[in-house]
Amino acid sequence: MGIFDMLLFHSTIQSVTPILLAALAGLICERAGIFTIAQEGLMLAGAFAAVAGSWFCGGAWAGVLIAIATSVVLSGILAGGGVLFLGDTIVIGIGINLLADGLSIFLLRQLFDIQGVFEDPKLDGLDALRIPVIADIPGIGGVISGQTWITYLSWLLVAAVSIFLFRTTWGLRLRGVGEQGEAAETLGVSVRRYRAAAILVSGALCGLAGAQLSLGAVTLFSEGMSAGRGWIAVVAVMLGRANPLGVLGASVLFGLADAVGLRMQGLGLPNQLTDAAPYVITLIALILAVRRHRLA
Amino acid sequence: MADLDQPLPDAKRRRWRAAILWSPVPISIVVAIVIGAAIMQITDNDSVEVYTEILRGAFVGPNLVYTVAWAVPLTGMTMAAALPLRGGMVNLGGDGQLVMGGLVATMVALDLPLPGTARLIVAVVAAMLAAGLYAAIAAWGQVRWHVPMLISTLLLNYPAKGFASYMVRFPMRDPTNGNPETHMVAPDARLPQLIDGSLSSSLILMIVAVGLIILFDRRTVPGFELRLRGLNPRFAGYGGIHLDRQAVLTMFAGGAMAGLVGASIVLGDQFRFMDGALVTPNYTWTGLMAALLANGEPVGAVAAALFFSALQIGGFGMERATSIPRELTSVLQAIIILLLATRAGLKRHLRLG
Repeated sequence: MGIFDMLLFHSTIQSVTPILLAALAGLICERAGIFTIAQEGLMLAGAFAAVAGSWFCGGAWAGVLIAIATSVVLSGILAGGGVLFLGDTIVIGIGINLLADGLSIFLLRQLFDIQGVFEDPKLDGLDALRIPVIADIPGIGGVISGQTWITYLSWLLVAAVSIFLFRTTWGLRLRGVGEQGEAAETLGVSVRRYRAAAILVSGALCGLAGAQLSLGAVTLFSEGMSAGRGWIAVVAVMLGRANPLGVLGASVLFGLADAVGLRMQGLGLPNQLTDAAPYVITLIALILAVRRHRLA
Repeated sequence: MADLDQPLPDAKRRRWRAAILWSPVPISIVVAIVIGAAIMQITDNDSVEVYTEILRGAFVGPNLVYTVAWAVPLTGMTMAAALPLRGGMVNLGGDGQLVMGGLVATMVALDLPLPGTARLIVAVVAAMLAAGLYAAIAAWGQVRWHVPMLISTLLLNYPAKGFASYMVRFPMRDPTNGNPETHMVAPDARLPQLIDGSLSSSLILMIVAVGLIILFDRRTVPGFELRLRGLNPRFAGYGGIHLDRQAVLTMFAGGAMAGLVGASIVLGDQFRFMDGALVTPNYTWTGLMAALLANGEPVGAVAAALFFSALQIGGFGMERATSIPRELTSVLQAIIILLLATRAGLKRHLRLG
């Protein structure tokens, strides 16, 4: 069995989804002129809230909704502190990441009396959807079908964000706010309102990403389970040059790296080394990209 | 004329604002404590009891020694973040640098054929060099290739942790031990103990290092140049400071501090490299928060590190006494940072407005 087969692509798609959603979140903020690194924490909070919501309300749907709500509330800190009070978004981002990390562990122990990993057969996860016609196509059918609805939604969102940014008035204004805030302000566009809205929307996307993480590919919550994916998403925005399709490409690259890492582990390489693969590939991709474009 | 005697309402408001904005750190701490109390009330806990237990856990009896022992590595990691931060650079790679330092210190202390004390000294120096170089890679990537250091420092954590984990599980593992740990370091290559079993002479190393950093910051030209960079890198550049060289050297120094911490935990406390043991206590991120709290100013950063150290050790005591998870203290720390960052912005905002 080689490294590349259909199962690999299936797990690639699974790994791509959270990164892609978090990267879209970063993209929207970037376009509004805000550099944010809070995706890691927002995603982690979403992952925890999804599991807690699914457990206490008895359904994956409730979990997803609560995940979105939680991440939106947390991103409100960034919107309030960074946009209204003009605080340093990087420091606030670091603060949100640490808050999400501490709070999720704290609540895991308070609500579930568990340290480390919460896993229960009664915990309701997201179903893999079987898409009728596509599932029957030999080869790619098995790859494309059988994903969660969040995954399919994330693909639609790439198109939706694209259309929003480049084909709608609001999108144009948002880009204006990001590129030349003062000019936008003189034209009567409220910079603050657009930026705050962009942050809250990105919070919702990170909540979805978190729900996919804890209710999608697996059905469990483990401490710190976002495990650097939020940071990879930050890089994906840079590599994709804040374009939805570019960001999709970068996310697929990192998802593939993740899946190949897992596969190499199956081939006998120690997982301590393969676990680092996505981050090393991210770093190399970043170096190659900025050498050409000087993104920083 | 009455206008001159009585301050205008606007001026009054400004003075009132100034009074509130005057000392952001204590106010952030107080507000965080209040928010923490609210969290406890929501989760059905007695907040007064919890805070009493935190204080007791941090300061009473032998707990004070634990607080000091915890403060040693934490202060070191605070400096690893504060030095770059003083120049406006954020070092998110403390974990990787710490692990590199610890690993290299272990390698040297286990295998280098030198008499005990010499081996100890070489181990500490090698750890500082290795961690410093690992940190400098990120700075070099920024000046040479424009790879943002904020990202590269963070991403470099993962290969370092993975590599160390691999080394300690396979090539360097003590096969007689069930856990992924190396052999014990020979007694004469360990740091002497001040209080046996709880406090090593790494305390003295750390005091010296911090003293040097404060001296560097206050009394030397490069220290002044670093502060200048932190205030305004462009101006510093026009003033003739070599920004590239400064970035690499500063990150090297920050990494070296992390390496010193790694070496002092391995050689002063655990006497072997255990997988994950350096990063689990979260010294890196707490240190970063302490550094942010003081905006990189070393004396303030040390004070913040001591405060966080008391808070965390107090958290252990609280957990034993009340069964409330000690992560509550991490939550409090994060809230303090968020409040402070928001307030710093608020201040700027009011000044503009």
